[in-house]
Formats: sequence, C-alpha cells, structure tokens
Amino acid sequence: MFIGQDELEAVKVSPVLLCIVYYVSNQISLLFTYSFMNSFHLNHAPTEYDVVIVGSGAGGGMAAYTLAKAGAKVLLLEAGGYFDPADPKYITQLKWPYESPRRGAGTTRAFGDFDAAWGGWDIEGEPYTTVKGTEFHWFRSRMLGGRTNHWGRISLRFAPDDFRRKSMTGVGEDWPIGYNDISPFYDRVDKLIGVFGSKEGMESEPDGYFLPPPKPRLHELMIRKGARSIGVPVIPSRLSILTKAINDERGACFYCNQCGRACQAYADFSSSSVLVKPALKTGNVTLVNGAMVREVTTDPATGLATGVNYIDKATMDDVKIKAKVVMLAASTGETARLLLNSKSSRFPQGLANSSGVVGKYINDSTGASRSAFIPALMDRKRYNEDGVGGMHVFTPWWLDNKKLDFPRGYHIEYWGGMGMPAYGFGWGVEAMNGMIAARDGSMKAGGGYGAGLKDDFRRFYGAYVGMAGRGEPVPLESNYCEIDPSVVDKYGIPVLRFNYKWGDYEIRQAKHMQDTFEEIIHSMGGIALGSKPDASNNYGLAEPGKIIHEVGTVRMGNDPKNSVLNKFQQAHDVKNLFVVDAAAFPSQGDKNVTWTILAASMRTSEYLFDQVKKKNI
Amino acid sequence: MKRRDTLKAISLTGFGLAVTPVEAAVPAPPTPKPLKIPGGRQKFEAERDAKLMGEKFFTPHELQTVTVLSDIIIPADAKSGSASQAGVPAFIEFMMKDQPGNQTPMRGGLRWIDNTSKRLFGNDFVACTKAQQIELVDQIAYPKLAKPGMTQGASFFSMMRNLTASGFYTSKMGIEDIGYVGNVPNQWNGVPNDVLKQYGLAYEEREIAGYE
Repeated sequence: MFIGQDELEAVKVSPVLLCIVYYVSNQISLLFTYSFMNSFHLNHAPTEYDVVIVGSGAGGGMAAYTLAKAGAKVLLLEAGGYFDPADPKYITQLKWPYESPRRGAGTTRAFGDFDAAWGGWDIEGEPYTTVKGTEFHWFRSRMLGGRTNHWGRISLRFAPDDFRRKSMTGVGEDWPIGYNDISPFYDRVDKLIGVFGSKEGMESEPDGYFLPPPKPRLHELMIRKGARSIGVPVIPSRLSILTKAINDERGACFYCNQCGRACQAYADFSSSSVLVKPALKTGNVTLVNGAMVREVTTDPATGLATGVNYIDKATMDDVKIKAKVVMLAASTGETARLLLNSKSSRFPQGLANSSGVVGKYINDSTGASRSAFIPALMDRKRYNEDGVGGMHVFTPWWLDNKKLDFPRGYHIEYWGGMGMPAYGFGWGVEAMNGMIAARDGSMKAGGGYGAGLKDDFRRFYGAYVGMAGRGEPVPLESNYCEIDPSVVDKYGIPVLRFNYKWGDYEIRQAKHMQDTFEEIIHSMGGIALGSKPDASNNYGLAEPGKIIHEVGTVRMGNDPKNSVLNKFQQAHDVKNLFVVDAAAFPSQGDKNVTWTILAASMRTSEYLFDQVKKKNI
Repeated sequence: MKRRDTLKAISLTGFGLAVTPVEAAVPAPPTPKPLKIPGGRQKFEAERDAKLMGEKFFTPHELQTVTVLSDIIIPADAKSGSASQAGVPAFIEFMMKDQPGNQTPMRGGLRWIDNTSKRLFGNDFVACTKAQQIELVDQIAYPKLAKPGMTQGASFFSMMRNLTASGFYTSKMGIEDIGYVGNVPNQWNGVPNDVLKQYGLAYEEREIAGYE
C-alpha cells in the first residue's frame, strides 16, 4: 500500500492491483519462507512489523527487497514523497531547456530544474549547523529512492586493499571484513541490477559481471590517446546503466544522456525504480512516504529496539511503530542523527553509542576539477553523441602512494562534447574568445557582440572537456557530526552540527590532481581554462560534503570500544538494530560507495534472515 | 570580423525595430486559477513559478533597453534570428525575479548605460542612433580594453552577454543554430567513421569486435 502526502492518487488507483499482487506473491513466498515467517509469528494486519527500515535509498531499498523476497513483513519509511520516473507526473527526461522558464537553472534544485533529485544542500525548515571555522555541506534528497536519484551511476567495487588501508599505511582504519566476504554479494548485485564495464584484470579495480560498455565519444578518444601517452590509464567506465535489457521489468538504455533526470524505461539504477518497486510487488512491504523518523525506541528492561517514532509530515501527527528489528538506512548524516537523538536512561549518549563513536569519522570524497578548451575540436561536425548519462571512459588510480606525499588514491572522471545547451551556456565567453584566433587568423580582444560573437559560439560548441578527481580521504576522529544543543528543525527534531576540516593529506592529493589535469590537457593539445588552483585555495579541493559521498559516522569494527557495529553491521550494544547505509563504512576507497552499500545491505539482510532462523534474534 | 562589417551586419538585422510593443515581450500575469502542477515539478516549485510569472520587474523603458542590447549581442543572420526573436528579453525578465541577486546589477547597469549615453550623446541609450549605440557598446564589450570610467559598464555588458547567450542558445531557435541534434531516443554506435578519419583516431579491437 502507498501512504503519504503526495500519494492520495496512488491510494485511489492501486488497491485492486495490489490485492492481486499481494495474494499471488504471498502464495509464492509462503513456500520459501516458512521458517522466517514462523519465527516472527506473523499476522496479516500486523501491529508489529518484522522489520522497520528507515530510508529508501540504496541501503534501505536493497534491505526491503531482500527481506520482502524472503517473506518478512517490512515497513519502509521514507521522509520524502513518492517518485516514479515513468509517471508523467514526475517525468523530466527528454524535456527541452525552453520548457523551463529558467532554462534548467539550479534555483530550486541544486543540479537544475530537470534533475530528478528533490532536496539539496539547503532544505527549507530542515537546517543544520557547523562549528565556527569548519565547513560541511549536507545534501539530502527527500524522495523515494533518496540520493540514488542523483548520482553518476558510477558503480565500482572496492579492491582488496581498500579494506585494509590502515595495515598498509598506518593511518585510517581497517574494515572488519575483506574483499572475499563481500565479493559474492558484488557478483549478485551486478547480475540483479546490471552494470556495464570491461574486464581489465587490475588488482585495484576488481572486475565484475559486466554488460557491454558504450564506445567512447570523440573527446573521450582524444583524452584516452593523450593520457595514455603520458602513462595515465583510461578504461571504459563502469556505470549501472542497462546497455542490454536484463529482465522484463526494465528497458534498455536509449542513450539520451539523462540518467540524472531518472529514466522512464528504468534503464538506470535507482533504488526506487529497481528495488522498491519489485519489493512492493511482493505484497510484504508497506511503504509510508512523508515519514520523518525522530527516534528509535527501546525497551528499558532488555535494551532491545522496539520500533521507531515518526512525524507524519502531512498531518504533523506523531506516529509510533512497533517492529522486531530496526534497520537504519537514512543516510550517513541522518542515521547518526537518529541514533544520537534516541537517548534514554539506558543509552544516555544516544542509542548504540557506548563507544562514543557515533557521528565521528565522517568523511566525504575529495574532489577537484579543471576544464579545458580543445582547439582541434573547433568547428566540428554535428551528430548525436549524447550516449549514456555520464562518461564512457575514466581513469582508475594508477600510482603507488608509497612514492607520493599522500597516502590514498583518486580516480578521474571526464566530461565534454556536444551536449544539450542549458542555463549557463556561453557564460564567460569574454575570458575565452580572446585566446583563440578568428577564422582569418587575427586575434581580437575577449568579449564582443554581434555576428562575430555568434560565429564564436558556433565554432566553440563541443570543443570543451573537463575532468574531476574523486579521491579517498583519511577518516579522522576530529571530523564529526553531533547534535546541536540549541537548534531544532520544523518537526521539532534536534539537528546536526558538523565539525569538518580537510587534512594535509587531502590537500596534497588535490595538488597532485591539479598537476595531473594540466598534464592530460596539454597531452591532448588543450588550453586549460581559468588559473591553476594553488595553495591559496587548497588546490581547488571541494568543500566537505560537496561531493556527496560522506560515509563513516556509525562505523563497523571488531572492537566495540572504537566501533558501533559488528562486521555484519549489527549494533554491538543492541542486537536487533542494524545500519545498512554508508554510515557503517570505516572508509570509502576512491570508489563511489553505492555498489558497496548495495552489496553490504544484501549481506546484512541475509545475515538477519539467518539469525532469525537460528532464533538468535 | 572588422568593425565595419559588424556594423553592416547589425544594420541588416534591423535591431531596435523588434522592440515595439515592448510589453508584448513579457506575458501579462495570468488570471488566478487553480494551480495545475506541471509534470516534473514539485508543488512548491510550481507555486513559486506561478507567483514569479505574475510579477513584473522591468519598466517598459528598461525592457526596451534590454531588448536593444540583446539584439546587438545576438543579431539575426543568415542562419538564425535575433535574441529578441528567440524570446530572450522574457527570459531575462524571469531570471531577475527567479534569482533576485541579479536585480541591482541589472537595474543599475541599465541606468549606467542611460547615464553614460546622455553624457556622451545627450539621449537615453534607446533614443540614440544605431551608430551612437555601437560607439558606446564598443567601449564596454571588451572587458580588458575598457578604459577607466567604462569598467562598470563592461561588467554590466558581460552580464547582459551571459544572459543573452544562455537565453538564446537554450531556445528552440538557438538549439537549431548551434546544431545540437540529441535529446531523442537512439542507439549510440560510436563516432562516425568520417569523423574518426578526420581526427586520425580509431577504436580498439575489442570496441569493434565487441566485449566478451
């Protein structure tokens, strides 16, 4: 069933269909899941759910999918509204810039009018604060599927070394698990969700089960040729986009370059389209939208979690939910906030926080970028090179940190080409056209107007490239989030206060990125744009939170004194409490973490299933 | 392009003629009716858009000046029309309301243009001859060459150029002019062969033969 502020319509139209689905899937799931259901003593109108999951992003979606398929009665709570990119109500895909009065500018959505992700770094009525002299920008997506509706679909596995950086370098933290623990789940995620890529046999970028990658675009071939000539590898990217259909429920990519707008064919991965929808079809999942969870409740006698309390955003009612198991997947920031706000006499520092580690070690990817003009691409032939929604090639980390003055690596992402014009097109041309000779070979001052300017725009179109490093930071205890003692949001829930500063390692890594970017740009005959970032601006290192890859606030580990969760992402202090988002990750590699969230959530969900069978929970 | 040719190109386009009636460039506020949320918009966004559409920022005189300037920046030529023909003034009007930080630089910049053209030619900018308008524009269109006393005008003109270029090339006319041919379902099969040849590039064996 659907419940939520935006979903009155869905409730009206869907009961008949859902009843049928519910009946059929129950008959099937009963066969497979007798023991699970038996252990939970289910009834069909549960006042107590088997599992309540907070958050419907990658972690929550995978948990809901895995547990519902196993027959558990799941309540999935999502703070934002319902979303389905195939429903015209929500479609922005294939729209033209002139269908937006602001031509797609990012006035009300950080990544522009057509971006699928609702929310952003600032949400009205939901503030957060930072300690003076520190900085953190917290991107939140309030919608079904959460931030999986906004990302580059970059789907990389961690490598064996990514789980043991402390052992290798003396800084940071090892994971309590290794590659072999999680690789079977990566395999299953590859097959269940789909990812394209190429087998490269690189120890640092483990291969998976890949769909065919798209051929590089023209500027990508030029980048590849240039970068390789200076010893920088360039390989096909690995994105969770279906270059071939993998089942009857999802279509194949039709190359519109707009995964960021969410796909009406479900040919890209988002948790809402690919996990939550099939989970709902089992009939075992109740989805509630507009549910802002404020507290995990516990039994003072046993110390076990008993459920959650949430604010219904539409009515502002406070709703109490009872569940046998609580799974948090609200995001690295929200999951920590929820635990820290769940204080009781038994858990005075917040729930599952006897270690005092909740909120600490928050770490976002490093990021720095540079763009360039490629004179050889001027006046290029026009053709459709939209391709998939993102880069067709990338550079995996290729150097040995033992020989460098920073301990962690980064990968490089690329963009460029003849994209669809959007707000910002032509901006700042006065800094550009003074560098480029006119058709007759003469130089003119930058700026101008009239027919000559119009000709410049035509000549320059499609002749730009850009590149960005995404690197692994060293998680620090001194970077943390905590509950602000004096600020609440519009629901009355105390908000997070962040304290985050980049360390020297990250700044040195950004310097290395900038040097590499210039070398790559020069290797392809390009002109680097703007002035080269330097020490005065941390070498262009993006402010913490701007890359939207934060992890680590509720980290797992073997020692309950310096970790919150065990190696199955189960709270050391509360055995029926699990965390299945990236809050659980001690580190993030230079790999975008979504694929690892999915694999780890599947692993934790199956562990839970096993523990229930063994009557340990 | 030489300045003489620029002038010729501009005079051919008849810029300045497209400005009457100026009010027509910004649609009148719609009569209040129950708000229909367009596909792909959140309710608060639709409400905000409707509210902004119902407001007016530019005075008729300001709008006329914006129109003349945008058509100097993007005039009609053999391939496509001018900025005002592509609806750029209405886009700029909307951006003033959508991002209010634009308002003072724009309003003040328009006033600067009139102050300066009155000092130089004794008339508001739009009342000047085309030759006078171009004489002033030439002093602010190249930021690095702008003389002291003209630098504020150069900053304003860069703002106008940015907004005009964005507005024009995101219009249907501008997209056709620039030659973007995507945003349609298709099958990507790689760079066309003649283009590969032109740049001396080739795909690798596995890209041609297919991956295992």
